[in-house]
Amino acid sequence: MADTATEATTDVAVTHDDHHPSAREYVQIAGALFGLTAMEFSTYFIEFGPLHIPLLLVLMGIKFMLVAGFFMHLKFDTRVFRQLMITGLVGAMTLYLAATLALHEFPAGAGLG
Amino acid sequence: MSAAVEETSMGIDNRKLGMWVFLGSEFMFFGAFITAYLLYLNTTAGGPTGEIFDIVYTSISSFVLLMSSLTMVLAHNAHVHGDMRRMRLWILATALQGLVFVGGQAYEFTKFVNEGLVPTGSPFASAFFVLTGFHGIHVTVGIILLLGLWSYTHTGKVKSDQPLKTEIIGLYWHFVDIIWVIIFVVVYLIPWG
Repeated sequence: MADTATEATTDVAVTHDDHHPSAREYVQIAGALFGLTAMEFSTYFIEFGPLHIPLLLVLMGIKFMLVAGFFMHLKFDTRVFRQLMITGLVGAMTLYLAATLALHEFPAGAGLG
Repeated sequence: MSAAVEETSMGIDNRKLGMWVFLGSEFMFFGAFITAYLLYLNTTAGGPTGEIFDIVYTSISSFVLLMSSLTMVLAHNAHVHGDMRRMRLWILATALQGLVFVGGQAYEFTKFVNEGLVPTGSPFASAFFVLTGFHGIHVTVGIILLLGLWSYTHTGKVKSDQPLKTEIIGLYWHFVDIIWVIIFVVVYLIPWG
């Protein structure tokens, strides 16, 4: 009973890898995110030709992984959470591909139209 | 009396698993709106196109939202270490940055409407307002959750040994940030035309 009472008032997750980034590491990650956003912003003024869209997508992908991996702790948590997120992303991508293929409507910049 | 913490057969806390299932479905929710936006890019019905977007202004908003993720994770970090004073401070800082973002979005929407980009003006305008508007609603819900968490730390409903509650609200907040990372590039920065 005592154990149950303890469980009722505390909620320390048992699924965590004990190593979480320190406050300093979080600030460093935020610094990297700031730098990546500045690079994205610079593409508004600098033309990168055929690499323009791929560059933006890569920068977006890195930012996505930094936030999900470190701020959302996916790098340290159980694999189940990562799989749930990937399932959602795959669902979203499938919907996009199905809709564009069905309607033959590709954005002009994608070079697929 | 607090409800007992239930764990699944995998040893995962039910509440955290529930939040991740919800977030997984939310990716598909926003995926549908992003798809609609991309499909209707060229259907402006003679109205304004994405050229009226103010990239400098939106970049500053994006930076504010990105930094709110830092303060959110610092709030969780403080809670893990039992430093409730600092945790409350970071939570308020996060909510404040969320308010700045939503206020900025309201200003941007007003500006667009004055320039002729109205939600009923064209499929493009509808898709834009639905996508960014739903994101704004999510940020607003996040602010309410943050302020609720902040007040619960004062009433004793959230104690220093319950950092998971901050972590779960943090997951939602970071999700909202991640969706904006995508919207910022797909809607504002990529020159689709």
